[in-house]
Parts: sequence; C-alpha cells; structure tokens
Amino acid sequence: MASLRDIQNKIVGVKKTKQITKAMNMVASAKLRGAQSRIERFRPYADKFNDILIDLASRADASVHPLLERREEILTIGVVLVTSDKGLCGSFNANLCNAALKLAKQKEAEGKTVKFICIGKKGRDFIRKTKFELVAQYPENMTNFDFQLASEAGDIVINGYLSAQFDEVHIVYGKFVNIAKQEATTAQVLPAETAESADASGASSEYLFEPSVEGLLAELLPRYVKVQMYRGLLDTSASEHAARMSAMDNATKNCDEMVGSLTLVYNKARQASITTQLMDIVGGAEALKG
Amino acid sequence: MAKTLTLEIVTPDKMVLKEEVDYVGAPGINGEFGVLPNHIPFLSALGIGSLYYKLNGKKYYVFIAGGFAEVSPAKVTVLAEVAEKAEDIDLERARRAQDRAEQRTKQQQEKQEYAMVQAALTRALHRMKCRQTAIGEGTCRA
Repeated sequence: MASLRDIQNKIVGVKKTKQITKAMNMVASAKLRGAQSRIERFRPYADKFNDILIDLASRADASVHPLLERREEILTIGVVLVTSDKGLCGSFNANLCNAALKLAKQKEAEGKTVKFICIGKKGRDFIRKTKFELVAQYPENMTNFDFQLASEAGDIVINGYLSAQFDEVHIVYGKFVNIAKQEATTAQVLPAETAESADASGASSEYLFEPSVEGLLAELLPRYVKVQMYRGLLDTSASEHAARMSAMDNATKNCDEMVGSLTLVYNKARQASITTQLMDIVGGAEALKG
Repeated sequence: MAKTLTLEIVTPDKMVLKEEVDYVGAPGINGEFGVLPNHIPFLSALGIGSLYYKLNGKKYYVFIAGGFAEVSPAKVTVLAEVAEKAEDIDLERARRAQDRAEQRTKQQQEKQEYAMVQAALTRALHRMKCRQTAIGEGTCRA
C-alpha cells in the first residue's frame, strides 16, 4: 500500500490538474461565444449566397464555366481537411481525421488518387503519417483567422481544379450544430453542386441579369468556393471550442471523482496506520505488565 | 401587389440592414439602377459606390463595395463584401486611406499593386461621398 505522503501528494496533484482543466473550460467557453457569434452572423450570408448561386447555375448550361462542369473522368480527388491546431478537445480532431481518412480510402478503392490540403495542425500531423499526398498546409492559423485564409486556400483549390490537379474537391470540417453536438461533415466544393431539378416555375419566369449569366457566374463561382471554405473554418473553430469545453468539463468532473476516491484511500490508510500503532502500544503495555 | 420592398443587406460579418422601403437605388456594375416594388426578377453584380433607399420621402445611404443584388417583386437582397450605413462611416479613416493611397500612386508600382491602390482610393472617395451626401440629405448626423 502506498504511504500516506504518496497519497497526499497525488491528491494535491489531481487538485492542481482540476484547476487547470477548470480554467481551460472557462477560456474555451469565452472563446466559443466569439466563434459562435461569428458563424451565426456568417450563415445568413452563406445561405443566401448558395441560394442565388444554385438559382443562377440552374439557368445556365454547366459548360459555361469550368468550375461548374462535371468531368467525365475523375482521377484525382482533393480533400480539404479542416481541424484545430491544438488538442485537448476530446475526440473532436480524431473524428475529423477519421472521416477524412474514410473518404480517402473509399475514393482510393474506386481507383482514384487522393490529395490533401490541410488547414489546422492536428489534421496536418495526421495526414503526414498516412501515405496520402499533402498539397498544401496551413498549420498554426486556426486560432486567429479571417477571410484571407479562406481566400488563400480557396485559390489553391480553384487553381488546382482549373489546372486539372484535382477533378473533384471535397471539404471535411466540424459542423457546429450546438454546444453539445459537433458533426464531422463532408461536403463537395467543386464542381459546384447545383440542384439538378431546378424548379420549373423559377426557371421559366423572366429574369434579368446584369452583366450576363456567364459574367455573373465567372465572378460568383470563385467566391462561392471561398465562402464554402470560410464557412468550414468558422464552423470548425466554433466546434473546436465547444468540444474543448465539454472535454474540460468532463475532465474537471473526473478530477472531482478522483479526489473523492483518493481521499477515501487516504483515510483508510490513515486508519490502518493508527490501528497498527495502537496494536503496537497495547502489545508493548501488555509485555511490560508481564 | 406589394406596395413596399424589403431591403436586406448582408455582409460576411453581419446583417447590416433589414427594412421596408419604398425605393432602392444601387450602384450596379453597368451603372446605377433603381428598383420600385414589383420589379421584374433581376440579378446584378455591384460595383463600388452608394446604395440609397427611400423611406417616407427621405433618402438613406449605405456604402457598398463589391458583391451583388438579387431583386424580386417584393424584396431586394444585397450580398456585399463591404457595406456600411452612412452614419457608421468613419470619415477620418477614409481620409487617411485616401492620403495613403495618393501617396502610393506617386511611387513606381507593379501593375497589380497599381490596381489595388486605385481600388483603395476609389473606396475611400466613395465612402466620404456617401457620408457627405447623407449629411446633405439630412438622414445622417454631421
């Protein structure tokens, strides 16, 4: 049995860990508030943007813009994996990496080459250990990013697509559903997905475009890619903080439990030692009487 | 038949404006266009400039840079990269941006940089103009 001092040291250690996890929980919840309001303010824009683009694309033939066109032969797939830079957020990053890996394996089984673009350090480190090629990486950006990052990564995706480096691009990110729920989500970025069956009423009604449909698409499509990326970034960042918050909350609870059970062990050990000491004294006294 | 238009201006950062208005004038990429209720469905890319709307006979101004507008009979949705209501425009900052841009136009530049500086200059000038027009109309405090 561990000595009293050992157990006491351990209790002190666990209490200190608890302080840290509790502080991290509070920091994460403060950051979450910021990240959550950012994604919530961005969603209306992204939704409207998608609506308009889909509407517009359904009016035009897919051949008007290369970013809309479905390629007949799909050889290489680009996967954009968005994760956090830092760990200590439960299984959040592992879930994202597994989702990406699953997608990659599935595409590979279909005989396609898969290449990765990683935003966030955790995903980058994970993909490095696999055999898949890493085309571009943005580690250490997730703590503080703006549209610029989405724009840069978006340019790589667009250029890669136009130069036939990729024939299809998907994004894997942590969708922020609510504080308790984050989902690893996969979405197709390119070719831009358009509703196949555009509602007939909308398509037949007269619509004016300025400049032409083609001109608008040429302007909107690259931006659409970036909007998608930015949304992925914002979602992932909010999810990361939410995941860290609940992970740290659990850790704090576990610390409490551990302190409880350690205290029990400590008390038992203390009692046992008192009992032995008493026995010694009594034994000694008996012997003296003898 | 709709009597008014719902004007919605959304940027990546937030919803700037949502209001029932009588008329919208916007800086389209091919020139300014006006929208009254029951306008034919219309989609246009936007340039840099002032968007204004009329409400109870008064003109209100919003600075817009880039993006596009979707018009349907009862609604105008503006998705802009930058949108600032006249009262939120920081004149001081715009003036500084103008000075900076003018300084840089004097230096030798690459073609791309030249375009960037020109764009910055245009934005600064339009910001100031937007606010000043709004002050002139009396819909914004000086």
